[in-house]
Amino acid sequence: MNETLLRELIPAVTGVLVRRGADFATAEDAVQDALLRALATWPTDPPADPKGWLITAAWRKFLDATRAENSRLAREVRVAAEPPPGPAEAGLTDDTADTLHLYFLCAHPALTPASAVALTLRAVGGLTTRQIADAYLVPETTMAQRISRAKRTVAGVRFDEPGDLATVLRVLYLVFNQGYSGEVDLADEAIRLARHVRSITADEEVSGLLALMLLHHARRAARTAPDGTLVPLAEQDRARWDTDLITEGVAILQAALARDRLGEYQAQAAIAALHADAQTVDETDWVQIVEWYDELDRLTDNPVVRLNRAVAVGEADGPQAGLAALKQVDPAVPRYLAVEAYLRERAGDLAFAARRYGDAARAATNLAERDHLTRQAARLYGVARD
Amino acid sequence: MAKYLLLKHYRGGPAPVLDIDPMDHWAPAEVDAHIQWMRDFATRLTETGEFVNHQALSPEGTFVRYGGEGRPPVTDGPFAETKDLIAGWLIIDVENYERAIEVAGAYSAAPGPGGKPIYEWLEVRPFYGSPPTIAE
Repeated sequence: MNETLLRELIPAVTGVLVRRGADFATAEDAVQDALLRALATWPTDPPADPKGWLITAAWRKFLDATRAENSRLAREVRVAAEPPPGPAEAGLTDDTADTLHLYFLCAHPALTPASAVALTLRAVGGLTTRQIADAYLVPETTMAQRISRAKRTVAGVRFDEPGDLATVLRVLYLVFNQGYSGEVDLADEAIRLARHVRSITADEEVSGLLALMLLHHARRAARTAPDGTLVPLAEQDRARWDTDLITEGVAILQAALARDRLGEYQAQAAIAALHADAQTVDETDWVQIVEWYDELDRLTDNPVVRLNRAVAVGEADGPQAGLAALKQVDPAVPRYLAVEAYLRERAGDLAFAARRYGDAARAATNLAERDHLTRQAARLYGVARD
Repeated sequence: MAKYLLLKHYRGGPAPVLDIDPMDHWAPAEVDAHIQWMRDFATRLTETGEFVNHQALSPEGTFVRYGGEGRPPVTDGPFAETKDLIAGWLIIDVENYERAIEVAGAYSAAPGPGGKPIYEWLEVRPFYGSPPTIAE
């Protein structure tokens, strides 16, 4: 059994412990402990019933932890005597209802985005604290504390409290957008969890988010050059896009759109699908993309949407129209300077564009973008010299 | 989350708020209290899930550069009192810039002589993050 399959069992195992009367925080620790043991022993000694093994190991660990407390006797008696609380959702199996509650709890609005991400990756994703720490480049002790604080924050929340799916989607979006840094591929992990949520819910926005992830993931190989530099969408080798992922993403998106309950993730996915649809950058249907940005602007109040819309307007109706659209965007929005430089270059104002690319490079918040913008500035200064 | 470097300087930066003697002129108990306070500060940041790393640097620094083909490296320094001199750093991983400023403000209140805050200037510098996957 590989590690991914093992991790898929984690939320259900936590659900079983909670249904037996364990509190979420202790149950989650016990499951993590069982997971670490499984990772260590299963390669040489695989169990016949992996899920049963995990439940037994985690339950024992939970009892050990409970026994260590002063109120152990009262607690054990209560745990042993209490009938398991039943699931509330009609038509859902216990496992499914528990798993959904786990997602809601881990994305609870009382949590900061970073703690919701960490808790979700551990309690639902089944990643170890070390793997999460590694992915976010912080010491393991720091990540352990972030997770236990998150658990304390939601300690008073009833496990089966109804939740808002939008908070779960936001967390998965953040995980996906973090990309790749450690041994665990967070983009893959976000896609796996989005697929999972989609399999236990019927919500168009879950499909929208999954489609969005698949369509962007499809471009992954083309997005960076072998030396690690960022390749912008317009310059990507589209033959390297993963057509299977695109086909799947488009199909999921179309099925969601057909149900006529539009949301921001579906609109974002529609834009990604229009890019995926163009065999060359010149075939891009910018007019439709602008329409989707208008839709997205109605759905959200996000200045980044208006910035990206200005780029699309520039492609659809020319750089002057793009610059006019840019006037409606707050210049403090990240990447504003980069967009202005691009549109000014298209408008033929090369000297201004070169300076703006330089400004944009200094304002960049990541190295790949800074290097890309520096190269753009250098290219235009080179044109000016020749 | 975003990572920030809180840079401590032996020299350089804005004019000090207080005219404090160098640490080796403090009472031993004051030095101990200062060091313990710094350790506790890092522990508290670990507990809030925000600590990444901290290090102190010796003031002995030498500038080095390539000496040219077949030649040994060229060295320069140590430098006169006027030069900027980094003393150490604290790296934090926090929700936003405002929180980074809040942490730096608290870190600057480390105790000095008489157990009073030293009002040390700290330089806050953002790290580059990873590029977002979804950009358009």
